[in-house]
Amino acid sequence: MEPVFAALVGLFFAVGIYLMLSKHVVRILLGVVIFGNAVNLLIFTAGRILREVAAIIPEGADTPVGPISNPLPQALILTAIVISFSFFAFLLVLAYRAYQEIGTDDTDGMRVAEPAGEPLPPIGY
Amino acid sequence: MAALAAPLLTRVLKHNAAWVLALAPLWIFLHFGGMLETVAGGNSVSGGFDWIASLGVRFSWYVDGLSLTFALLISGIGTLIVLYSGGYLKGHEQQGRFFSFILLFMGAMQGLVLADSFLMLFVFWELTSIASFLLIGFDHRREASRRAALQALVVTGLGGLALLAGLLVVAMATGANELSTLLASGEALRSSPLYAGAFVLLLGGAFTKSAQFPFHFWLPNAMEAPTPVSAYLHSATMVKAGVYLLMRFNPVMGDTAAWETVLPLFGGATLLVGTLLAVRQSDLKLMLAYTTVASLGLLVMLTGFGSEVAVEAAVLYLIAHSMFKGALFMVAGLIDHETGTRNIASLSGLRRAMPITFTAGLLAALSMGGLPLFFGFLAKEEIYAALAGTDMWAVAATLVAVVGNALMFAIAFAVGLKPFIGPLGDAPRKAHEGPLLLWLGPLVLAVCGLAAGLFSPFAHHLFSSPMASAVAGEPVAVEISTIPHLGLPLALSVLTVLLGIVAYLGQTGLRAAMASLVRTIGWGPDRGFDQSIKALVRLSVAVTRIVQSGRLDIYLTATFIAVALSILVPMVAFDELPAMPQVTEFWFYELTVVAIAVIGLGAVVYARNRLTAIVSLGIQGFAVALLFMLLGAPDLSFTQFMVETLSVVILALVMTRLRLAVSEHRPLGQKALDVTVSAACGLAFGLLLLKVTQLPFDDTLSRFFEVNAKVIAHGRNIVNVIIVDFRGLDTLGEIAVVMIAGLAILALIRIRAKDGAQAVSKQTERAQ
Amino acid sequence: MRTLIFRTAAPYLSSLMLLFSVFVLLRGHNEPGGGFIGGLIAVSAFAILGIAHGVPAVRRAMYFHPMAVSGFGLLLSALSGLLSFVYEVPFLTGIWTSVHLLGMEVDFSTVMFFDIGVYLVVVGSITSIALALEEREDN
Repeated sequence: MEPVFAALVGLFFAVGIYLMLSKHVVRILLGVVIFGNAVNLLIFTAGRILREVAAIIPEGADTPVGPISNPLPQALILTAIVISFSFFAFLLVLAYRAYQEIGTDDTDGMRVAEPAGEPLPPIGY
Repeated sequence: MAALAAPLLTRVLKHNAAWVLALAPLWIFLHFGGMLETVAGGNSVSGGFDWIASLGVRFSWYVDGLSLTFALLISGIGTLIVLYSGGYLKGHEQQGRFFSFILLFMGAMQGLVLADSFLMLFVFWELTSIASFLLIGFDHRREASRRAALQALVVTGLGGLALLAGLLVVAMATGANELSTLLASGEALRSSPLYAGAFVLLLGGAFTKSAQFPFHFWLPNAMEAPTPVSAYLHSATMVKAGVYLLMRFNPVMGDTAAWETVLPLFGGATLLVGTLLAVRQSDLKLMLAYTTVASLGLLVMLTGFGSEVAVEAAVLYLIAHSMFKGALFMVAGLIDHETGTRNIASLSGLRRAMPITFTAGLLAALSMGGLPLFFGFLAKEEIYAALAGTDMWAVAATLVAVVGNALMFAIAFAVGLKPFIGPLGDAPRKAHEGPLLLWLGPLVLAVCGLAAGLFSPFAHHLFSSPMASAVAGEPVAVEISTIPHLGLPLALSVLTVLLGIVAYLGQTGLRAAMASLVRTIGWGPDRGFDQSIKALVRLSVAVTRIVQSGRLDIYLTATFIAVALSILVPMVAFDELPAMPQVTEFWFYELTVVAIAVIGLGAVVYARNRLTAIVSLGIQGFAVALLFMLLGAPDLSFTQFMVETLSVVILALVMTRLRLAVSEHRPLGQKALDVTVSAACGLAFGLLLLKVTQLPFDDTLSRFFEVNAKVIAHGRNIVNVIIVDFRGLDTLGEIAVVMIAGLAILALIRIRAKDGAQAVSKQTERAQ
Repeated sequence: MRTLIFRTAAPYLSSLMLLFSVFVLLRGHNEPGGGFIGGLIAVSAFAILGIAHGVPAVRRAMYFHPMAVSGFGLLLSALSGLLSFVYEVPFLTGIWTSVHLLGMEVDFSTVMFFDIGVYLVVVGSITSIALALEEREDN
C-alpha cells in the first residue's frame, strides 16, 4: 500500500502548494491546511504503515504482543496537528485583520512593509 | 583597561585627567625600556598562553629588536600624545570618549607589533582599523569626517582581509602559525609554489595600511581627525603598521626578484606622488599628511631594496620620521589651536608670540630636512649610501630619493619655519604661547631627534642595530655617526639641501603649478572611491528590487522551485530514483478513503463559493482522520477529527464576514507556471517518500519506546507516554507555542480597527 | 442556528462533552486519549455552548478568563517537571506514587499533572481564540 500513499502524499503536496501560490489570502490559508496534512501523512507513511493495530500494550503485559503500528511518528504528528491548528488560527485572524485594515485580500495589494517604488537610499556619508 | 577608565576620570578631572591617563602608556614604555638591554644583546623575549586550545590558537607575544623599537615608539609618543590631547581638546564635551578611543588604539597597536601568532596579528591589525575609524570620525557631526572615517575603514579593512588571506597562505605553505617559528622557515616559503599568492596578499594588506600609491588617498582625508589623532595615527603608528609588516616578513619573503622589484617600484611612485601633492597644499596638516605618504613610500622602497645598508637606512629613517613627524604635526595643531588657521599663506611672524613652539618646530624641521647633528641626517646619509650605485636601477632610485627628499626639506621648513619668521600675519586670532600640556609633546620629540643624533652610538646600540638585525634576519651593526665624512652620500645630501632651499623659496609658484596639474588630471583614486561607493549603493538597490520585489507569490514560487530542485536534482544526479513500485496488496477500506481524500482535494481547488471550499476542506481532513484510524493510530484520528471540526467552525466564523471570492482567475501563463511548480513539488515529495519506504527500516528508537513504555514510564498507551514522558520537554515547548499563538490572536483582535487603519495610512504616506 | 432544540440541548451536550473530555484525559496513559485530545473535545463543548447561548454565557460558565486557564496549565506542566529537582533526577522525569483512596489503589504521577497542564493549555488557548472570533460576530 505504500506506493498508493506516496502518490496520495504527492497529490496533497501539489494541491497545497498550488493553492499557496495564489494571490488570494483565503486560498493561501486553505493551502496551508492541506500542506500541513501532507506533511503529517509524509511522516506517518515514512514510519511504515500497518493495519488496525494501535500502539498500545495489552493489559497485564510489559511489552507489546505481536506487531503494532509505529508509535514514534504518531507522537510527532499528534503535537504537529495541534501546533499547525494554532498556526492556522493565527494566520486566519491575521488575514482577517489585514483585510479589515487594508481592504484587500490580494497579496499584491499588501505593500505596507515593502512599498512599491521606494526611493533610492541617500547617497552620501 | 585604561580606555575603560578614561571617560569616568575625565568627568572628574576635566582636562587634567591627561596627566593620570598618560601614566598608562608611560608605564608600558618603562616596562619595555627595561627589556632594552636584553634585546640589544641579540636575544628576544617571547611568551604566551593557550587561548583557544582546541584550535591550536595561542595568545603569544614575541619581542625582538623590531617589535621593541616599535613598542617603545608607540608607548613613548603615546604618552606625549595623551598629554597633548589633554590640552588640545580642553573643554571639549566628549574628551573622555576621545581618551578612551586613543588608548584603545594604543593598546591595539601595541598588540599588533608584539603579536606572535598570526591570528593575534590579524585581530590587532583589524582592531587598529576600527579604532582609527572611531578616531577619524570623532567629530561625527561633520560629513567630511564621516566620509574620511569610512574611507579609512574600507581601505584598511579590505587590506586587513588581504592580510588574513595572505597569512593563511603563508601558514599553508610553511606550516608555521607563529612569527617566531616562521622566521626559521624562510627558505621553505620562498621556494613554495604559493609564494606568489602570499606575496600579493600580504602586500595588499601592507600597502593599504601604509597608504602606498594608489591607496594613498585615505591618509590625507583622515586629516579630518583632531590633530592629536593625526599626529599619532598618521605619522608615528598606524600607517607604520604596513611597514612593520613588510619589515617583519623581509627575512622570510625578501631576497626574491618579485620582492626587490615591486616594493621599490611602488615605494618610489608613492614617494614622488606624495611629495608632489604635498607641495600643492596650503594647509599645514595636509602638507604634512602628504609628506607622510611620501616617507612611507621611501620606507617601502628601502625595505624592498635588498641590501643590508638599505635596511639600516630604513630603520634609521623610520625612527627619525616618527619623532620629527609627530613633533611637526603637534606644532601644526598648536598653531591652529592658537591662531585659528592652518593656512600657510596667512601664517607668519609668530616667533615672538610662541617661542617654545618655534623651537620645537625648528628642531623637528631640521631633523626632517636632514641637516647635520640631527637623527634625520643620519637616516638620509644612510639612504644615499644604500641607494648609490652605478646601474640604471640604483641611479633611478637615487634620483627619486633626491627629488623627494628635497621637496620634503622644503615642506619641513614651510611648516617648521615659515609661520614663525617675517612680519606678523593676518591670522584670525591673536596668538600667544600654548599651555604646558600642548608644547611639552612636540618639544620632547624634537629634542629627542637632536639627542639621538648627537649620541648616535648609544642610540644605535639600543635601537637601530637590534632592529636592523631583526629586519635583515642576521646580526647587523649600525655605525653611522653625525660627523660628516666626505663621499658620495654627503655630496647627494648637499645637493638635496640646495634643491630644497630652492623649492622652499619658490614654493608659491610650485604650489600653483601643481594645483593646475592636478586640476588638469581631474580624477584620482579619491574620486574613484566616491564613485565606487555610489555604484555599490545603486547596485544593492537594484539587486534588492529584483530579489525583494515585495510580492508574496514571487517569493513563494522561488521557494518552492528551490524545494523541488533540491529534492529532484540530487535524486537524478546520483541515480537514487526509487524502483518501480509493485503494489501487491489492496486494502479496500483504505483505498476508498484515499479516493474520498482525492475528491475533497479536487473540490477545494475547484470550489466556486466559500461554503463549498470549507466543506471540501473538511472532507479531505476527515479522510485523513479516517486513514489514521484505519492504520492503527486512534489518538491521531481523534485529534484530527477535533481539529478539522474546529478549523471548519472558525473558518466559517471568519469567512462569513469576509466578502471574498474563494475562486479566482489566474492568467493562463501564471496558471501554467503554478501548476508546473506545484506538480514538481508533489512529484518530488512522492518520489522521496517512495524511496524512503523502499529502504530498510531502522526501528531502534521505536523499539526502545515500545519496550520501555510500560517498564519505565508505567503507561500502556505508547504514543501518550512518548508525548508526556519521554519527550516531555518538547511537549512543554509546544504547549507554550500554543499559548503564545492564543495570546497573539487575542492581541490581534483587540487592536482597535481605527488605530490600525490610521497607522497604515500614515505609513503609506511616508512611503510616498 | 439558534433553534429551540439546539439551545435546549446545548448545555447538556456541552456538559457531557466536558465530562467525556476529562475521562479521555485521565485514561490517556493506558488507552487512546490524553491531554491534547481531551483539550480539543472540551474546546468543542465550549464552542457549541457559545454558538447556542452566546459568548457571555460561556465566559460565565468558565468563570476564569480562558487565557488564565491556559497560563495556569503551562505553569502546572512546568512545575510538575520542576519536582524532579527535589529528587535530583533530570528535568521532567516522571515520579510515581500510589495512594489508597476509598479502598482503591490510585496511581499519582508528575506525568499525570503534566498531561493535565497540556489539557488546560489547549482548552484555554483555543477557547479564547474561538470566543474572540465568535464575540466579534455578535457585535
